[in-house]
Amino acid sequence: MDPKTKDLWVFIETNEDGTAKNVGAELLNPGKDIATKQGGKLVGIVIGYKADAAVKTAVEHGADSVIVVDGPEYQHYTTDAYVTAMYHLVEKFAPTSILIGATNSGRDMGPRLSCRLRTGLTADCTQLAYDEESGNVAWTRPAFGGNLMATILCPNNRPQIGTVRPGVFKRGEADEKRTAEIIKEDFHVAPEDIRTEFLEVIKEAAGDIVDLEGAEIIVSGGRGVGGPEGFKPIKELADVLGGVVGASRAAVDSDWIAHSHQVGQTGKTVGPKLYIACGISGAIQHLAGMSGSKTIIAINKDETAPIFNVADYGVVGDLFEILPVLTAEIKKMKGIN
Amino acid sequence: MNILVCVKQVPDTTEIRIDPEKHTLIRDGVPSIVNPFDGYALECAARIKDKDPSTKITVVSMGPPQAMTALKECLSVGGDKAYLVSGREFGGSDTLATSYILSCAVKKLEELEGKFDIIFCGKQAIDGDTAQVGPEIAEHLGYPQVTYALEAFDEGNGKLKVKKELEDGCEMIAIKTPCVITVTKPSWDPRYPSIKSKMAANRAEIPTIGFADLTGIDPERVGLKGSPTKVKKTFTPPVKSGGIKIQEETGADTANALFKKLVADGIV
Ligand SMILES: Cc1cc2nc3c(=O)[nH]c(=O)nc-3n(C[C@H](O)[C@H](O)[C@H](O)COP(=O)(O)OP(=O)(O)OC[C@H]3O[C@@H](n4cnc5c(N)ncnc54)[C@H](O)[C@@H]3O)c2cc1C
Ligand SMILES: Nc1ncnc2c1ncn2[C@@H]1O[C@H](COP(=O)(O)O)[C@@H](O)[C@H]1O
Repeated sequence: MDPKTKDLWVFIETNEDGTAKNVGAELLNPGKDIATKQGGKLVGIVIGYKADAAVKTAVEHGADSVIVVDGPEYQHYTTDAYVTAMYHLVEKFAPTSILIGATNSGRDMGPRLSCRLRTGLTADCTQLAYDEESGNVAWTRPAFGGNLMATILCPNNRPQIGTVRPGVFKRGEADEKRTAEIIKEDFHVAPEDIRTEFLEVIKEAAGDIVDLEGAEIIVSGGRGVGGPEGFKPIKELADVLGGVVGASRAAVDSDWIAHSHQVGQTGKTVGPKLYIACGISGAIQHLAGMSGSKTIIAINKDETAPIFNVADYGVVGDLFEILPVLTAEIKKMKGIN
Repeated sequence: MNILVCVKQVPDTTEIRIDPEKHTLIRDGVPSIVNPFDGYALECAARIKDKDPSTKITVVSMGPPQAMTALKECLSVGGDKAYLVSGREFGGSDTLATSYILSCAVKKLEELEGKFDIIFCGKQAIDGDTAQVGPEIAEHLGYPQVTYALEAFDEGNGKLKVKKELEDGCEMIAIKTPCVITVTKPSWDPRYPSIKSKMAANRAEIPTIGFADLTGIDPERVGLKGSPTKVKKTFTPPVKSGGIKIQEETGADTANALFKKLVADGIV
């Protein structure tokens, strides 16, 4: 399609309570830069139910305007409702570029939307730039489990769309005094056009629920923890740091911890501020899921373990000797007993 | 149930090496495997078949003739029939073009195998990691979809229940057939082949479907021409440097040294 505008859109994904997921505010930062270089506005797109809080987040984090589609059918994400609404908005307002957070919902919606628009989508980007020479967004993403990076352009189709990994960009400070134009678009999707039905949340055993993708601190255990009890010191460190527990596939396959904790190519891709790998060798499939972490601490007995190649702090030693002391020191510092 | 499973043959990423001078991927001599997520998708189909033996599972792959090996592997662990979609015209396709070709192939396969109730894909292929082809096939065909599925249950009367993984848990979704389901890693492993099933798979005929077999396919929408995304460059990620090593006489000393360093650097 022919873009009528030079605008860049950031999809502000909402939670069921109408607040915004983190990744939307994160993307407004690089979005602003590219929108300016494109010569267009930065527009936040909010789809949700009673989503005023998400609109506010978009305004406070730099959107020049916000387009809102609000209705009960958007409270719980469904492919049909969201793709239909997004398609409508794109047809009507014609942006040049769209950034979507690479969450489960974002990666469900992105390809369907781009396919309906017959345009290109670059998935799961970790770097964004504007290619001055060709006037396109330069989307950079890992491939082959993080062994290779590829920069991709979508030169002949508009809008150009990308999903961007949460946690890669920093969320800016909120400016409560900012104002922006709010465009309310009254658009609804009929119930019969939503072809999936949400039945229930499945209750997992308490320890099986973990939000690794959204976590700022992850302490992971691998085969080196030796058994299910070996996760105890891991959990204790995670708790004092306010983080969550991750695992390598070797630990998951041994049934020491639930699969929902697995980090890596066939597990979750994470980007926390701090990743502490304990008793993990650093196989390429594990690195694929965590090498984007800001700071990495590796604790391993074997100083030749490949995990040390990506570690900022390579700690050589026995995790069972090191973790309890470290946890105790941090507790002391924080005044926890 | 009449099920189609889309599988891709991918290089085994465990075996990938980087050329230290050219900073490119060395793919020569790297063994190929069935994309692991596609193995989970096939296992999902096989589990439906375990409960309802009248289920038929067809497996399709688009790729060069070597992909036959991957298809044979699938035939040994649950697939009943396999087809290879292959042709020079298809080379250079990005996900939009690939999904278009596969959706045309679905129509052709339905002439041969009957209408499919479920099309299973893997969540993503581990070479590109895009997770786009499944939802795009659904869009080309106009079908509903569930992504990140862990298991699918046949409820009868063209209804399915699908357990879907979320960032922070799971949910159960109802969906009607025909539909597309993309499968992520469940807690179980796919079944192993038996010697007998391996031998039968080796003997199986795998027909190839070429460009000319796909009636009505638009040549403008396949291959490089039909691909809106273009790779500008590839490079190896910069090796992290500046990492420090911490190792003292005892574990406790090491822990203390680490703690001091983390505090000094503002990490904790
Ligand atoms: C297709 C495919 C997909 C895969 N996907 C994933 C994935 O998503 N995630 C993943 O993690 N793996 C994945 N793997 C598996 C991966 O290749 C490795 O097998 C796995 O990551 C190894 O886990 P590990 O590091 O815990 O175990 P190991 O490689 O056995 O390493 C254990 C480490 O612990 C150290 N150690 C032992 N005892 C101690 C101690 N007391 N103190 C300190 N250190 C100790 C050892 O020195 C060793 O380095 C995949 C593999 C394939 C083929
Ligand atoms: N060439 C192909 N042939 C058959 N199926 C494919 C092909 N490419 C992708 N798929 C399917 O689409 C899924 C997602 O692939 P991708 O979008 O490349 O990550 C895979 O897990 C396969 O099920």
